[in-house]
Amino acid sequence: MKAPIRWPTYALLLALLLAVVSSFHFLGIDLSALASGDSLQQMGLYAAGFMRPDFSPGHLKAITQGALETLAMSAMGTLLAALLGLALALPAAGRFGALALHLSRLILNALRAIPELVWAALMVLAAGLGPNAGTLALALHTAGVLGRLFAETLENAPTEPADAIRLSGGGAISAFCYGTLPTVWPQLLAYSLYRWENNIRMASVLGFVGAGGLGQMLYVSLSLFQEAQAASVILAMLLLVLAVDALSGWARQRWVSH
Amino acid sequence: MSIRLSGVGLTHANGQAALSAIDLQVNPGERLAIIGPSGAGKTSLLRLLATALQPSAGQLELLGQTPWSLPTRARQRLRARIGLIHQAPPLPPRQRVVTSVLAGKLGQWSLARGLLNLLHPLDIPGAREALARLDLADKLFQRCDQLSGGQLQRIGIARVLYQAPELILADEPVSAMDPVLAGHTLGVLNDEASQRGMTLLASLHAVDLALAHFPRIIGIREGRILFDLPPAQISQAQLDALYANEQLQPLPSSPSPAPLCIQIPRC
Amino acid sequence: MLKPDHHDPAALPRLLLTLLALLLLWPGLHLSELNPAVLLEPNNAANMGGFLADFWPPAHDREFLALLGRATLETLAIATAGMALALLIALPASLLASRALSLSAIHRGGRPAGWARLARWPVRGLLIVLRSVPEIVWALLFVRAVGLGPTAGVLAIAITYAGMLGKVYGEIFESQDPRPSHALQAAGSGRLLAFAYGVLPSASAEMLSYTVYRWECAIRASVIMGFVGAGGLGQQIDLSMRMFAGGEVASMLLTFLALVLLADQISRLLRTRLL
Repeated sequence: MKAPIRWPTYALLLALLLAVVSSFHFLGIDLSALASGDSLQQMGLYAAGFMRPDFSPGHLKAITQGALETLAMSAMGTLLAALLGLALALPAAGRFGALALHLSRLILNALRAIPELVWAALMVLAAGLGPNAGTLALALHTAGVLGRLFAETLENAPTEPADAIRLSGGGAISAFCYGTLPTVWPQLLAYSLYRWENNIRMASVLGFVGAGGLGQMLYVSLSLFQEAQAASVILAMLLLVLAVDALSGWARQRWVSH
Repeated sequence: MSIRLSGVGLTHANGQAALSAIDLQVNPGERLAIIGPSGAGKTSLLRLLATALQPSAGQLELLGQTPWSLPTRARQRLRARIGLIHQAPPLPPRQRVVTSVLAGKLGQWSLARGLLNLLHPLDIPGAREALARLDLADKLFQRCDQLSGGQLQRIGIARVLYQAPELILADEPVSAMDPVLAGHTLGVLNDEASQRGMTLLASLHAVDLALAHFPRIIGIREGRILFDLPPAQISQAQLDALYANEQLQPLPSSPSPAPLCIQIPRC
Repeated sequence: MLKPDHHDPAALPRLLLTLLALLLLWPGLHLSELNPAVLLEPNNAANMGGFLADFWPPAHDREFLALLGRATLETLAIATAGMALALLIALPASLLASRALSLSAIHRGGRPAGWARLARWPVRGLLIVLRSVPEIVWALLFVRAVGLGPTAGVLAIAITYAGMLGKVYGEIFESQDPRPSHALQAAGSGRLLAFAYGVLPSASAEMLSYTVYRWECAIRASVIMGFVGAGGLGQQIDLSMRMFAGGEVASMLLTFLALVLLADQISRLLRTRLL
């Protein structure tokens, strides 16, 4: 049985309602104006431009190139992030002393706190336009996310198998590879796949700040008011996202959950 | 001399004394069984001999060396000559049996060989031979989480046989097996030890198995050695005194691999 | 006795998998033009070093702080307003997509008739499209449609999060015990009433928890969306970055951090209070 709702809860609900109303007021959004005939008609015209995607061979070829670039950015970024994340997760799980623990946690938090798109803008400044900047941006942010998750996994892994290897004379690296890794790698893989699904979405928009991939094509076509071309790019993004979700789901099924 | 303990005591971090004034000498090739009620200090003694615990008093000498005065690297080399059989073998559930067995020699292999072996088992015949002694050769390429508790215990024994140490320490090595299999497995372990001239120390909660298989029996109670005799000279009165007032304990549970849980993070 | 087989059955699959991985790695490296060494080139490193050196001290003059405060409030407001709209779209959509209220399912052991299952697919497909296109793409589209400013951000959040909420709400409805609502429907009550009395009471806690968590995500998203001109903190970050104003970027990143932490605290408070 649920406890009866007390007055602070009502106050909280009221505050939520107030927050929503004041948000609309603060932003000056006039929903009725948006829904009025005139602007609806304009929106309709704009949307109609997307209804006939451009499937000309030249454009399709450019899209394929962009999609492959996006896919490569997301995959390489995630791979690099997994390696970097693991390298940072080992000290962050307390394996190299207290100083290394605090230092690596600080680095991981900083990497994670800055969003991918901000990293991408920074990397474009630091490494120039193109997919390299996007890949590095994905790798840096994702390394922070994965590093923290990996560190948690390592902390929660049972220590007995690795201790047994140490007791029979094995070195620290052997003990980790034979005692800890077999238990944790499915979880590490699951986390990496999950982040890959996330990164394919991000990789397709990093182009907005000049970091390569499909995003750059979309940004350019929309700037030139080429709705037909933009529509086919969005369609390609959609397919790419769905394909990666399916692939990662299959990989999870195959290697993680059995 | 394989083992020389003089006046060894062990006090846990919480101040509880697990072992006190243990004097023990074991010659190379000797086979001993350690018996005693639960909580008597059998596991503590074996972990002490495996250098998993450091004695808080007395002298400990293993295979002619004093492990706790050695530098870390030399102590690891000494540990490679000692094999510990765990009651619940700490094997990663998703590791394959062949890898788990071959991991026994990690202390003797170079790092490169160890890592390479992870990708492709380098000594399949060796692992198969060790498993065949325990009638598990057909499980070579199965995963550890597909095996029962008794089978896992035998994998743990096979790993130590493959390690081929000079001193084998076995902590309740057959606790998860039925009596017939337990007797058979202990027989195999004793045969291997005497054929290869290894020293063997095993703790057992089944007194009849200990008396049947081992030429020297040590009785431990409350952290002290009560007697140290060949089986023929142990009287029923001594056994009664050893196990007097023992609380009924649940049977040691069979080691079962913990289920793997995958949580997917949010946002 | 047969000669024992000394071949590892996993060797061939492992070899093939490794080869496949290497085969994919090469075009992957090529296409992504991955080359971290670029960062260390003296020219780039000096540029970046100068920019980063400006980070300290963070900008904190009165005028800038006022601007920052306004942008922060705008970000919060975009997330909140967007979530409110998303909720308005997601609730009916999830009712249409879920089979929890199917009339034909009552006497078919929980599985709706074939045509009824087909009828749910357009809504489900729409929800998939809504949530699979990243929110910032929606934002870019709306910026072109309704002009620069927070309106585009609100609409983008509303659209994307409606897709996510709609899917999860539908799943929550279907995971509830169907007997109460079936009993009500069998007793002749309408579908909506059966939903309100049979499903909603048990599903509301889970829905609320998910909604609050999504609101937290919406705050992060609304920061990002400023980069395409949809208002909020992101727009300021983008501007300052283009002007190489390191101090301003630093204080905005700090504000962003504070905002994320604040959202975390508020969402924790809401969940403990309301559940």
